[in-house]
Amino acid sequence: MGIMENRVILLVEDNPDDEALTLRALKKNNIGNRVVVARDGAEALDFLLGRETNGGGDPNIAPQVILLDLKLPKVDGLEVLRQLRANERTKYLPVVILTSSNEEQDLLKGYGLGANSYVRKPVDFNQFSEAVRQLGLYWLVLNEQVPARR
Amino acid sequence: MVQDYSISKKLTWMNVAVSGAALLLACGAFIAYDVISMRRGMVENISMQAQIAGYNSVTALLFDDSASANNTLSGLSPATNLISAGIYTLDGQLFAAFRRDPRIPAPALPAIPSGQMEAHRFDRNGLVLARRIVLEGKPVGLIYINSDLSPLKGRVKRYALIAGAVLAVSLLAAFLISPVFRRSISHPIGELAQVARVVSRDKNYSVRAAPIRNRDELAQLIDTFNGMLSQIQERDTALRQAHDQLEARVTERTRELAATNKELETFAYSVSHDLRAPLRAIDGFSLALIEDFSDRLDAAGRENLERVRRAAQRMSGLIDDMLNLSRVTRSPIHHEPLDLSRMARSVVEELRQAEPARSVEFVIEDGLTATGDSPLLRAALENLLRNSWKYTSGHTSAKIEFGRIQSNGKSPFFVRDDGAGFDPRYAGRLFGAFQRLHTDAEFPGTGVGLATVQRIIHRHGGEVWAEGAVEKGATFYFTL
Repeated sequence: MGIMENRVILLVEDNPDDEALTLRALKKNNIGNRVVVARDGAEALDFLLGRETNGGGDPNIAPQVILLDLKLPKVDGLEVLRQLRANERTKYLPVVILTSSNEEQDLLKGYGLGANSYVRKPVDFNQFSEAVRQLGLYWLVLNEQVPARR
Repeated sequence: MVQDYSISKKLTWMNVAVSGAALLLACGAFIAYDVISMRRGMVENISMQAQIAGYNSVTALLFDDSASANNTLSGLSPATNLISAGIYTLDGQLFAAFRRDPRIPAPALPAIPSGQMEAHRFDRNGLVLARRIVLEGKPVGLIYINSDLSPLKGRVKRYALIAGAVLAVSLLAAFLISPVFRRSISHPIGELAQVARVVSRDKNYSVRAAPIRNRDELAQLIDTFNGMLSQIQERDTALRQAHDQLEARVTERTRELAATNKELETFAYSVSHDLRAPLRAIDGFSLALIEDFSDRLDAAGRENLERVRRAAQRMSGLIDDMLNLSRVTRSPIHHEPLDLSRMARSVVEELRQAEPARSVEFVIEDGLTATGDSPLLRAALENLLRNSWKYTSGHTSAKIEFGRIQSNGKSPFFVRDDGAGFDPRYAGRLFGAFQRLHTDAEFPGTGVGLATVQRIIHRHGGEVWAEGAVEKGATFYFTL
């Protein structure tokens, strides 16, 4: 596997509209990384931690950044974050909470559980696109990640 | 100390003192009366004897026969209380004498006033009585008799003994009847005092003083006291019940309020998450249409899609304002001393920086302080000043003031401007959420600012009101 292919973005998003808009914004900003979409918290955990029921995920795939929605079916975003941070293999993965709300409780809990960033999705798509551009620049280009251990 | 004695002891001593004093007075008066009458009797008796002896001695005096006179005086000797007696001649020579005890000298005689027959004197030697001896109206000599007072003394002694015995018996009787006092007076009073002590110490209003059989003032006192206790007990019970009910009601209300707050919280949370997602889709896909299908869209189609996007963004603003308004209600208040003047200046600074071209004069009073929640009061002040800033934007120059005035007992803060103002007929709608007195085209806004101000001021226990007229500016007053 090449280095660039390892730079996967994990988008945890249950709303297909938001998924489409996020992908559109990534594309619009020429961010060509592979995007894996998990449509609920359980799927995200399966992908990252490798659930036995699913035969295990691929431990080699360490996303460059995880874009995590909070309100998700089955397992919510905060619980996903808690489990990631509790696991030795995933605890340093960059997690950006990308959600609709800016409720204080969500911010506090998100940062409390070790989120790296908290971004509120703007309604104006131009602003949303700009936010995605800046996220890509920061987390995919500028930021140095802890090397993945085998 | 006597005043510290118990009531029964006091009553006993009072009884003893009164009966003792009465007895002493009575005995004293009786003895005095008896002594006086006995002395009178003695004087009469001795006078009679002196008269008789004098008469019998006249012959002896005339014939200078002192032996016969001595004889006559000796005849007095059976009277055991006779100490001495004697007869003097006119020139004062002792003519005859009798002495029971020869060692005792003759006493000095009382002088007989002229024109009178005799005189007497009581002294420590007893009664001395002198009497003229007269023959056919002419004095021939003088006789005296000295008698001791032993019968008188003996009698007084007996009286004193009797009086003492009576006094002793009466004191004994007084002590013997003291249990009666105790039973009928001091015991009920003591019990009353004990009950009063229990009531005041334990706040126990169910105790009662034991009633007594007799119908005196004490019984009335006990009845009244018990009646008072009953009333207090009733009131106490009623008060306690009211208090308990109130407490239960407060608890219930608090629970209801907590539930409502929780519901509001959940609602706000869900609004915050769920209501914005569709708007993002509306805006995002409208833009996608404009971008991806520009070749198939004419100017009108593009304009329509832009309208859709503006509406979506406007709705997003409304949702944000609504959430902020509900946050004002939900967030806890921390009271601290605040410098409102400084707060206002920092808001003004932000306004000026945002629109440096505007010509607005700000007059901010110094040293306006208050106690309240810093972020909330800043939000209120910002809303009011921003309002003034907005509604003066139609004028080339404007003046905005922040200060404090005194008006009938209250001293409200105020924010005053000389801008567009409002029609006072609609003043009641100013503070309603999403209520506006101007169109969006005139002045943009969602109608949440003043509702937010009102909630913040109400949460601080204050009031907010407004005065104004169309094109004459507006003044917003608030107290904290």
